[in-house]
Amino acid sequence: MKLAAIQKQMVRAVMTPLGPGDHMQRRAPGGGDMRRYAAKFIKPNDRLTSFERLELYNRQYWWRVLAAMQEDFPGLRAVLGDQKFDAMSKAYLIDCPSMSFTLRNLGSKLESWLRKHPKWAGKRQRLALDIVRLEWADIEAFDLATEPALKPEDISVMAGGKLKLRLQPYIQLLDFQYPVDDLLLAVRDSDDGATFASNAFSERRKRRRVRSTSKLKPGEIFLAVHRLDESVYFRRLAREEFLILRALRAGKSLAQAIDIAFRGSKTPIAERAETVQKWFLHWATLGWFCKPAQKAASA
Amino acid sequence: MPANRFNGFTDYGIGLGLRSPHYDHILSKKPVCDWFEIISENFMIDGGRPLRILDQILEQYRVVQHGVSMYFGSADKLNREHLKRLKALVKRTKTPWLSDHLCWGSVDGRYTHDLLPMPYTFEAAKITAQKVREVRDFLEVPVAVENVSSYAEFHVSEMTEWEFLNEVVERADCGILLDVNNIYVSSQNHTFNPLDYVNSVPAERVAQIHIAGHSKYRKYILDTHDHPVIDPVWKLYERAIQRVGHTATLLEWDDSIPSFQEVHDEALKANKFLSSTLLAKAV
Repeated sequence: MKLAAIQKQMVRAVMTPLGPGDHMQRRAPGGGDMRRYAAKFIKPNDRLTSFERLELYNRQYWWRVLAAMQEDFPGLRAVLGDQKFDAMSKAYLIDCPSMSFTLRNLGSKLESWLRKHPKWAGKRQRLALDIVRLEWADIEAFDLATEPALKPEDISVMAGGKLKLRLQPYIQLLDFQYPVDDLLLAVRDSDDGATFASNAFSERRKRRRVRSTSKLKPGEIFLAVHRLDESVYFRRLAREEFLILRALRAGKSLAQAIDIAFRGSKTPIAERAETVQKWFLHWATLGWFCKPAQKAASA
Repeated sequence: MPANRFNGFTDYGIGLGLRSPHYDHILSKKPVCDWFEIISENFMIDGGRPLRILDQILEQYRVVQHGVSMYFGSADKLNREHLKRLKALVKRTKTPWLSDHLCWGSVDGRYTHDLLPMPYTFEAAKITAQKVREVRDFLEVPVAVENVSSYAEFHVSEMTEWEFLNEVVERADCGILLDVNNIYVSSQNHTFNPLDYVNSVPAERVAQIHIAGHSKYRKYILDTHDHPVIDPVWKLYERAIQRVGHTATLLEWDDSIPSFQEVHDEALKANKFLSSTLLAKAV
């Protein structure tokens, strides 16, 4: 048997979902008996059958990827509950196995997958989607690039209606129907227990306590998930503030962004200029703006 | 063989795996440690805290990169995105050599994130060696391949694991990261004499050695990196050092991680064996 064929055969078994009691399923991929399937390419030894040897890798695969899902989406786990979260994770990972060399990207398709398969999002689908979006934004904000920031004085020098400002790549702008920032902060352990990639064989799945979310009421919020001193923070934004930033991210000029943001706004016209100035000062102080792309490239 | 072309002609001593629970201690206390090994994949990112920490570590310490997902032995083609990111990190760390495992773990772009065992065939050795060469040529840094712990063997195997290792490194003309704990774990799982393995490795290709602890179960041993090194593994290490000389040695401890000092003290036990080679050389 050729290398590619052996590897395909083994990986099909390794990625087959575990059965009851976290044992390898008796049914082989494509049908038939898994014992015979394993015996075709795995040698037994004096202590373990071919099935049992293959099962070690099957378990390890599922424990590793399910632990990564738990690590990355504790908020969704709190919303769904342990059992439903595990079932959802298995279904997701069957449809969307890791296509990246890093487990960091394991949940990159979870939001779109949940939208296509709403039955896995539980009874509070909107809440589940909101929390998934926030948790993925948190992962992105943690390690996306930082570019040299513009200082407030740089922006005032560049000021003008046609000015196009670029937001730092790590900033994530999101609108939610639930106050999921409060929920996620409440769910998180004070000790984050972050795991790094290693080559160690993990024998156990780590379980984490989750808290009830049944009392969470809907409430629209606008959020920037950003970094300060390399820690990720959630910053609530006013609606117009969010719309300006989102328009700037989309490449609109400053004048266009402000125009879009205040369309239909209840903020009195007389107060708008001062409000926007305050926001800009704050954003610039936080280092949220960076040089336009062509200038950044030559810097 | 303290310094050879497979470890960039360096003379590194005893190092530790850089792990997040120790960051604060390392950065605030600046303990003496000859070098740190990083898991490359943890730093193949665009920004944020991990890279800031790494840069701070690089200001004070020597760093060597160790990977977990290159999958030299996979029948899949190499992942170009992975290679590009790895090369950027190599430039950042200036690692004198780079290691990853003699294993596979992906099929058709789907990753298991595990170190799956190789079938020990000539075909597999040829494919693996070719990929090691491609990686080394792209990264422009010496590459060492590490033997893994394994829990399964294949009917199609045509040779022993150590014969396979030798076949690959000769074909690829690359170095070896000799993990003596992995040799011990596999020897127990597959019933062979671990000394046969250590004695047959081409000493001149050993760039680095790994030591670690493991977990013993009724029917098998798992490479869990969550215990001190046991005596039989130290004995294998002693024999390896007798054969290859004073070689860069790293203790891996990845789960239930104790204090930095405890891990460092465990690693420094290797000095007993390393110093004996220096004495022998002096005599």
